[in-house]
Amino acid sequence: MSRFLDSVARCRWALPALVSAGFAFVVACEFFPILNDYSKVVLITVGINIILCASLNLVNGYMGEFSVGHAGFMALGAYASALMTIKWLPASFFELPMGVLFGGVVAALIGFPLALLSFKTRGDYLAIITLAFLMIVKSAIENISYLGGPRGMTPPVLTTLPWTFFWVVVTLWVIRNLVYSKFGRAITAIREDEIAANAMGVRVREAKILAFVTSSFFGGVAGALYAQVNFFIDPKSFDIVKSTEILVMVYLGGIASLGGSIIGAVIFTILLQVLQPLGTWRMVILPLILVLLMLFRPRGIMGMRELPWFVPARELFKRLRP
Amino acid sequence: MFFYLAQQTINALQLGSIYALIALGYSMVYGVLVMINFAHGDLFMLGAFACLLLAVLLPVHLPFVVILLLVMLVIGLLGALIERVAYRPLRDAPRVSAIITALGCGLVIENTTLSLSPYPQFLPTLFVSKTLTFAGLTITTLQILIIGVALGLMVGLDLLIRKTGFGMAMRAISFDAKTVPLMGIPVNRMISLTFFVGAGLGGAAGMLYGLAYPQISATMGVLIGWKAFIAAVIGGIGSIRGAVLGGFILGGVEVMAVAYLPSTYRDLISYSLLLAILIFKPYGLLGHPPNQKV
Amino acid sequence: MSALLEIDHLTKRFGGLCAISNCDVKVEAGHTHGIIGPNGAGKTTLFNLITGIYKPTEGHIRFRGESISGLRPGRIALKGVGRTFQNIRLLKSQTVLENVRIAFDSQLHYSPLEAMLRVNRFGRDETKSVAACLELLDPFGLADHAHDLAGDLPYGSQRKLEIARALALKPDLLLLDEPAAGMNTGETSDLTTFLRWVKEHYRVTLVLIEHHMHLVMNLCDRITVLDFGKTIADGTPDEIRANPRVIEAYLGGEGDE
Repeated sequence: MSRFLDSVARCRWALPALVSAGFAFVVACEFFPILNDYSKVVLITVGINIILCASLNLVNGYMGEFSVGHAGFMALGAYASALMTIKWLPASFFELPMGVLFGGVVAALIGFPLALLSFKTRGDYLAIITLAFLMIVKSAIENISYLGGPRGMTPPVLTTLPWTFFWVVVTLWVIRNLVYSKFGRAITAIREDEIAANAMGVRVREAKILAFVTSSFFGGVAGALYAQVNFFIDPKSFDIVKSTEILVMVYLGGIASLGGSIIGAVIFTILLQVLQPLGTWRMVILPLILVLLMLFRPRGIMGMRELPWFVPARELFKRLRP
Repeated sequence: MFFYLAQQTINALQLGSIYALIALGYSMVYGVLVMINFAHGDLFMLGAFACLLLAVLLPVHLPFVVILLLVMLVIGLLGALIERVAYRPLRDAPRVSAIITALGCGLVIENTTLSLSPYPQFLPTLFVSKTLTFAGLTITTLQILIIGVALGLMVGLDLLIRKTGFGMAMRAISFDAKTVPLMGIPVNRMISLTFFVGAGLGGAAGMLYGLAYPQISATMGVLIGWKAFIAAVIGGIGSIRGAVLGGFILGGVEVMAVAYLPSTYRDLISYSLLLAILIFKPYGLLGHPPNQKV
Repeated sequence: MSALLEIDHLTKRFGGLCAISNCDVKVEAGHTHGIIGPNGAGKTTLFNLITGIYKPTEGHIRFRGESISGLRPGRIALKGVGRTFQNIRLLKSQTVLENVRIAFDSQLHYSPLEAMLRVNRFGRDETKSVAACLELLDPFGLADHAHDLAGDLPYGSQRKLEIARALALKPDLLLLDEPAAGMNTGETSDLTTFLRWVKEHYRVTLVLIEHHMHLVMNLCDRITVLDFGKTIADGTPDEIRANPRVIEAYLGGEGDE
């Protein structure tokens, strides 16, 4: 059995095949009544959560920082894209992609100064800076009447399953490529030992900027997709509770693992749906699962391991040795 | 103009003393374990609810001091219990696992309370307040009580830390956690005690908060707890006096912000202050950077 | 011939403590230079100052005639200063190969965008880097362990890996902080031969902090002796052996103040 799994794991064509099949399926869902609207929204939410989870994993998992501000980037992406789709762009096919791209870019632009702050402090203090960032974004939006203030905005519903799927694939592909490059190795070296990384000639600042900007870009993308599926966004949708949810998914799935991010996002979103009848008790059960997981598997389900499908062939030789 | 400022200062002292009490819990735990106890804000919230239960459910009318002590005892024990069950097994695990566990514990407490009590509750009047007027300034006896109790607890804590064996052990652990067990100090017991004391202060703060603002809800742990956490950071997390200083600074800034600006700017200003302080003093006003041997 | 590394009136204070005071060291290119001195003499502090981990309080450090004092550690490393640490600082949960690759990455020039999209130089550079790093590990006897975790290696191999990693930077100057720590006499003499080979083969200038006098005297062209942060002697091994101040610093005795 394990040999069978091993050979499946080594199938280099399996992942492209799955992605193509998945894409065919989600496009088919657009044209044929395969799934009802509820299931579609759940799947879109799963996709958005995968994007959030994978992008936060870059900073919190691979780089080993503890950002609690990811919901802030989501908010930036959501509001930037909502401005595009509500106020600035005429309705067209390009409305959503332009909005999402713009959301990502705005989030990335704001992510840049946050990266600069990470040069001076790290660990708990950086965590607090991200918290302050999140709260500032939230209360700034509350005080800008052009953005609807505390009453929020009502963007059109534009996010479709194929678009979500597309962005999930792009996110995972880009982050995976980054992780298995010199930049990814630099980011990991910073996590393990910043002083040693410096002595090894790692361009620490460049790596930090890259990690933060990439992470916030995709956080913004997720926020933009979220805004165009939810009818309604307000500052409260992006507070510390939302950040905590993303953190729960990341650490549930496992740090420094894209496979883990997918697993974490899927388990979290599906459980939240399945446990719907329990009402607020859901958010008792899920954290409880997380606490138990941490006690028995402190690195999460897939912590520090990766699905072989995601590992580039060049890097896979370690597994081929006995 | 001056009277208005002075009046607001009294309000600031009240809010600041509550922030300071909660911030102490964050800082004490950080001092000994170098860990942010994200469940602390929810223990503060439980303090208010424990007070509600004691005041409403018990057939006898307990005196104020007894309720306060009971609340502190219950919340303190709960804090120590959480440490024993959820944090201690993770002491050698990656640091982030403990933080996530703390976050998880906080969520469990918060949402359990929310599920049991979905709507805000009102704390009955435990203390009949009178309004006093000095030279045009009004202060209620309740405000005096809150500030007095908070200051009393802080002085008590300061004495505890500076004069007792427990305090010395606690300071020793935060100075060098690796060497202290070699000197025969029971580290686990000291850490439990630290959690007990820190959580107890948080519980007391919850009760005082409930007296000052009688509407209590399950989410106040997140709202007020995170603010107090900021206070601890402004002062320099891990520093006991820093926590008190940070509490009063934050209380002052918030009250003044609301007094002179639209109230929606309150969070914006307090978090911007936090950011500004961290940019210029990355380890808070009284904190020290962690020393690292190369 | 001008010196590769010149340290000029260097002073470093930590609060009231003066770890390095008015220290001068000159390292000629192609030499092996020893830094010795009793414990607490400031040897490691000197390394930390050269590599930029600490900023000097006063004085100058010049590398190839160019001032490097005050630069960030990463910049100094990229200028060609490699180092090892007294308390080995490998990335323990990364493989042996990855440890070396991270240092070798400074020679890869693809941009973030090329990495994200896996285009252009990316694939070529990466393949080249794996091959070069495996080749580098070979003489260290580590090629067969390339895919083991660095933290799982025995102590001696970890020290060697740290040297290999520093060499992957292609440095002109290699600072070794107690490379023979914890080794017995036989291992130390192997290390002497090995370091000689490293110096010839990679054309690096070596500066080493060491307590094994045998190794230092055998290997070094020149030696600087530090005591309480001050240079108390500087010269060839023979001169150092005969210097009364060195003997005094090592054996104790009354100071001349």
